[in-house]
Amino acid sequence: MSIKITGVGKKFGDFTALADIDLDIATGELTALLGPSGGGKSTLLRIIAGLEVADVGSVEIEGVDATSLPAQKRNVGFVFQHYAAFRHLNVAGNVGFGLKIRKRPRREIKARVAELLELVHLSQFADRLPAQLSGGQRQRMALARALAIEPTVLLLDEPFGALDANVRKELRAWLRRLHDEVHVTTVFVTHDQEEALEVADQIVVINQGRIEQIGPPHELYDHPASEFVMSFLGPVTTLDGHLVRPHDLEIETHPFSDASAGRIERFNRVGFEVRLDVRLIGDDTAPPVLVTLTRADATAKGLETGMPVWITPVAGASQVRITTAATPGAENLDLSAANSAPQPTFT
Amino acid sequence: MTHRTGVVEPPPLDSPIAGAATNAAGRRLLRGRSATSLTRASGLGLGVALMWFSLLVLIPLTAVLVQASEGGWSAYWESLRSPQTFAALRLTVGQAILVTVVNIFMGTTIAWVLVRDHFPGKQVLEVVIDIPLALPTIVAGLVLLSLYGPSSPLGVNWANTPVSVFLAFLFVTLPFIVRTVQPVLLEIEPEVEEAAASLGATQFTIFSRVILPSLAPAIASGAALSFCRAISEYGSLVLLSGNLPYSTEVASVRILSYIEGDKLTEAAALASILLIVALIVIVILDVISRRVARYA
Repeated sequence: MSIKITGVGKKFGDFTALADIDLDIATGELTALLGPSGGGKSTLLRIIAGLEVADVGSVEIEGVDATSLPAQKRNVGFVFQHYAAFRHLNVAGNVGFGLKIRKRPRREIKARVAELLELVHLSQFADRLPAQLSGGQRQRMALARALAIEPTVLLLDEPFGALDANVRKELRAWLRRLHDEVHVTTVFVTHDQEEALEVADQIVVINQGRIEQIGPPHELYDHPASEFVMSFLGPVTTLDGHLVRPHDLEIETHPFSDASAGRIERFNRVGFEVRLDVRLIGDDTAPPVLVTLTRADATAKGLETGMPVWITPVAGASQVRITTAATPGAENLDLSAANSAPQPTFT
Repeated sequence: MTHRTGVVEPPPLDSPIAGAATNAAGRRLLRGRSATSLTRASGLGLGVALMWFSLLVLIPLTAVLVQASEGGWSAYWESLRSPQTFAALRLTVGQAILVTVVNIFMGTTIAWVLVRDHFPGKQVLEVVIDIPLALPTIVAGLVLLSLYGPSSPLGVNWANTPVSVFLAFLFVTLPFIVRTVQPVLLEIEPEVEEAAASLGATQFTIFSRVILPSLAPAIASGAALSFCRAISEYGSLVLLSGNLPYSTEVASVRILSYIEGDKLTEAAALASILLIVALIVIVILDVISRRVARYA
C-alpha cells in the first residue's frame, strides 16, 4: 500500500470535515476522491500532503508514518486548482524550483527540467512567465513542477476545476495517458463524476466527511452501495420506491409483464437523445418519472406527448431502494445529479 | 518606456520560435506597439497627461536648472564647495539613507503584520499608519519637540542633535513602504506558499525565494518614495533640530537661508544636486529590486 489512512478525523470549529476515515491506496494507482463541494475530499487530500493536520488518526506513506511530518519532508507532489504558479519565475524556473532548493547540480536540473517540459508539451514555453500562459498550460506546468521532485505520491486538488469545458476534457484524457507513462501513485479530487469515471482506476466517494463507497468505476456505477452514490454518479429517477437510471427503463405503448402504466407528459429531444416525463396513473402527487432513450428508438415506437405508455426497469438495471426522504437527486430530474447534491456552507 | 517609430509586428505568441530567445523582445514589442498605434482617445489622454506633467513638474524643474546655471559653471561649483552646504548635504543624504534602510525592514514587517495577522485594534492601526501623511509637518515637528525636546516626558533631550533629523525623517516616511507593500502582499495566495512547502522549501526559503522576489518592486518603489520625501523634509525637523550649521542643518533649511540671503543661484544649485541624488537613488533601488525579483 502506498498510502494508508487510519481513523482520520478533522473538525473546523463545529463543522466536521472528516469523520473516522480509513483508506488504503495501492501503489501506482490513479485514485479519484469524488464527492460534492464541502464533502471533505479536499481536506483529506491536504491531510495526506501535510498541508492540514488531522485531529485524530494516522497517515502512512510508503510504509513511513507521516502523521507528524511537515509538508516539506513528505516528498509529495501537490497540484492546486488555481495553479499556484511562482509568478516571478519563468516556466523552467517554476519546474526546477524543487530541485534548485535541493541544491542539485545545475546541469542535472537543466536536463530534468527539459525532460519534464517535454513530457507536458511545454518545451517551447520554457522562458515564458506564467502570466503569459493559458490556464491549461499553467496547470501542465504545475504538474511538471510537482513531478520534478520525483514524489512518492502525486496529489491533485480539483486540477481541472478552473479550466473551461473543452480544455478540461482534453487535459483529463492527457492525465490518464501521462499516468500510464509515469506510474506514480496519484490521488485527485474532483466533484465531476464524469471525470472520475473516465480517468480513475479506483473511485472513493466521499460525502459529509464519510466514505460512501470505494471501488473501480464500473463497479460503483453498476452496484452503487447507497442512494447517494447512485444519484451522484449520474441522472436518476424514482420508480416504485427505487432509484433507477432513466436509460435503464423499458418503455412500451402497450401493457407488458408488470409494467407501471402512465402518460407522456413532456417530450424533449436533446441531440441524439429523447427525454420523456412520464406521469404514472393514480399517482398525481409524485414527480413524473424520467425516461431517456435514443431518437431512433422513440421514432420506432411512435412516442408522442399525451400517449399512454407502460414502463419497467430493464433486466439487470442498477436499482437502489429509497430509505430516506432526503436523497439528493431523487426528486430532481435534472440531467446533472451532481448539481443537485446538497451544498454545505463549508468549502 | 521605449518609443518606437516603425511599426513592428510581434512574433505570433504560440509559434515555437516565439519561445526562448525572442521572448523578452516580444514582451518589449507588445509594450512598444501601444506607443505607435494610439487611438484618438488614448492620444488625447496622453496629451493631457503630458501637458499637466509639463506644467506642474517639467517647467518648474527647468526653471530651477536654468536658475542654477545662471552664473555659469564656476558659480555653480563655488556654491557647492561651501563647507556648510556640503555638511548639510551630507547630513541630509546620510540620514535619508539610514531612514530608508530602517523603513525597508520596519515597513515590510508592519505590512506583513497588517495583512497576515489578526489582532484586536488592527483597523485602528490601519488608520494610524497614514497619520504622518495627513498631519501638517509643522505639527509633526511640534509633537516631536514636545516628545524628544528639552521638556521630554521620556527624559531624553535630542533637540539640536542629528538624532532629531533622523527621528523627523522616520516619522514622515513611515507610511510609504507599508502602503506600497501591503496590496502586493494581499495578492500572494497562500497556495503559492503551500506549493513551495510541498516542494520542500523551508519557511526561510519560501520567504526569500518566493515572497521577497514578489515584494521587491513594491519595496523598492516605497523606499524611493521614502528617500525622496526624507531629503526634501523641512517642517517636521526645523523645531527640534535647531538648524545648527555643520551639525543639524539640513539641505532644505540651507536652501531657505540661501534664498533669504538673496542667493538664488546657490539655492538652485543645491536643489539641483538634491534632484540628481534622488534620481541616482531611484535608479539604484530599481536595479536592486530587479536583481532580487530574478533571484530564486
